[in-house]
Amino acid sequence: MPFQSTVGDYQTVATLETFGFLPPMSQDEIYDQIAYIIAQGWSPVIEHVHPSGSMQTYWSYWKLPFFGEKDLNVVVSELEACHRAYPDHHVRMVGYDAYTQSQGTCFVVFEGR
Amino acid sequence: MSKKYDAGVKEYRDTYWTPEYVPLDTDLLACFKCTGQEGVPREEVAAAVAAESSTGTWSTVWSELLTDLEFYKGRCYRIEDVPGDKESFYAFIAYPLDLFEEGSITNVLTSLVGNVFGFKALRHLRLEDIRFPMAFIKTCGGPPNGIVVERDRLNKYGRPLLGCTIKPKLGLSGKNYGRVVYECLRGGLDLTKDDENINSQPFQRWRERFEFVAEAVKLAQQETGEVKGHYLNCTATTPEEMYERAEFAKELDMPIIMHDYITGGFTANTGLANWCRKNGMLLHIHRAMHAVIDRHPKHGIHFRVLAKCLRLSGGDQLHTGTVVGKLEGDRQTTLGYIDNLRESFVPEDRTRGNFFDQDWGSMPGVFAVASGGIHVWHMPALLAIFGDDSCLQFGGGTHGHPWGSAAGAAANRVALEACVKARNAGREIEKESRDILMEAAKHSPELAIALETWKEIKFEFDTVDKLDVQ
Repeated sequence: MPFQSTVGDYQTVATLETFGFLPPMSQDEIYDQIAYIIAQGWSPVIEHVHPSGSMQTYWSYWKLPFFGEKDLNVVVSELEACHRAYPDHHVRMVGYDAYTQSQGTCFVVFEGR
Repeated sequence: MSKKYDAGVKEYRDTYWTPEYVPLDTDLLACFKCTGQEGVPREEVAAAVAAESSTGTWSTVWSELLTDLEFYKGRCYRIEDVPGDKESFYAFIAYPLDLFEEGSITNVLTSLVGNVFGFKALRHLRLEDIRFPMAFIKTCGGPPNGIVVERDRLNKYGRPLLGCTIKPKLGLSGKNYGRVVYECLRGGLDLTKDDENINSQPFQRWRERFEFVAEAVKLAQQETGEVKGHYLNCTATTPEEMYERAEFAKELDMPIIMHDYITGGFTANTGLANWCRKNGMLLHIHRAMHAVIDRHPKHGIHFRVLAKCLRLSGGDQLHTGTVVGKLEGDRQTTLGYIDNLRESFVPEDRTRGNFFDQDWGSMPGVFAVASGGIHVWHMPALLAIFGDDSCLQFGGGTHGHPWGSAAGAAANRVALEACVKARNAGREIEKESRDILMEAAKHSPELAIALETWKEIKFEFDTVDKLDVQ
């Protein structure tokens, strides 16, 4: 087979950092990731921004960080409420680690258009 | 009471073997593995090491009596068997803090691993570990930024950083080199790296490289919407040239530079780390020449000591081996020293090769870099061994992809994220590695091809330097 016909053309994609190269997660998969945040003892934080501002350091908080929240369902319903209020915004889930003062994890749940 | 001068040669152990001594919190402690010449008693060998690495010389000298040597001398306070080895033993030596210049790793090593290593009464000598006292640590600058700041600057959370070294390691022009950087970064890597022996050769002068790489980094960042970087190697002929290159990297608005800390030397490294702290620049550290020093099980310096020294001298990322790839390093030992790069307290644990409790206080952590002969099939094991605070670098495993570097980069990124996602969801990623990767490949033709390309490649040689356990 001629060489060129076996080589694919890799197209650059715009992505939103962690998990940006995976297909969109199902609801159960998102639940798993939030459960992981809670199990690590991190605080769930929901942030959102218009896609034009996705490279800003600071996205807007949805309400305040959910300090001490252990209930998966509360976090999920807040994520959905944020998405309903800002349907054209990116919405991301952050696990905030107060010990390291860093984000234990951070990934986009809803992509805005 | 003053002493009398008594010329001649005394046995070292009369002065430097003090088994009743209880080390102070401020003492610098060292553990040496000693192999003496036949017939020389252990205590004499151990005391000779303490003497020659601190205040002593082979003969009594009159000028000793001008000072209080009891205050300054190093002391061997404990001797232990090496498990499974009859000819060698461990000597534990305590050095008073005032023997060392504040913040100078150069000075510590000049004393501890200086003349003593050529001493004729010894057949072999190996520095296994150092316990740095907090009083010394507080005089060192340490990592210019550390793990937390590096994550914030690069906007990478919840996963290891992903990188690769540009290949071929030598011989590309500046423009061709920048092209390879661009391909890797647009394909999904966070960082690319100058190979350690890329400095400023006739085929590619440093300024040429820096300019083209900067353009590649900025373009990839713009197109992907993610933060990108390239370790610009500032290792140079002289410190002046090193700083000139660092300044130019800053002028180009690049986030990270690189240094080779053993061939470049600790003085240069500490200087560059200080420059980085002052200028908000991240610092990646390579370790060329380390295996010359650390691989022989009975002679030299163990890498855990070199790793501790780097954390004190300063660097934000340090190469640590891969455990699974083409380069030397067993799992437990590697875990032992990556703890010492990243944690704030590391307890004594002989099963990991750590001979002392080591308190790092508030010193920032260093990313562990795994690089050398690794490919997508290793991803689950690498994530399990190194955790999130690491940088995984696939050289051949990126550029060797049949579709080129961008597709190779994407394959690695997909594999990494699939493993992180699976781990977070509670799956046993090492056991289920095959399923996790094959599932991810269903959504990524790049990964499917990478898995096919490297399915047979393994590096199954036993390590030369093993932990001393039975």
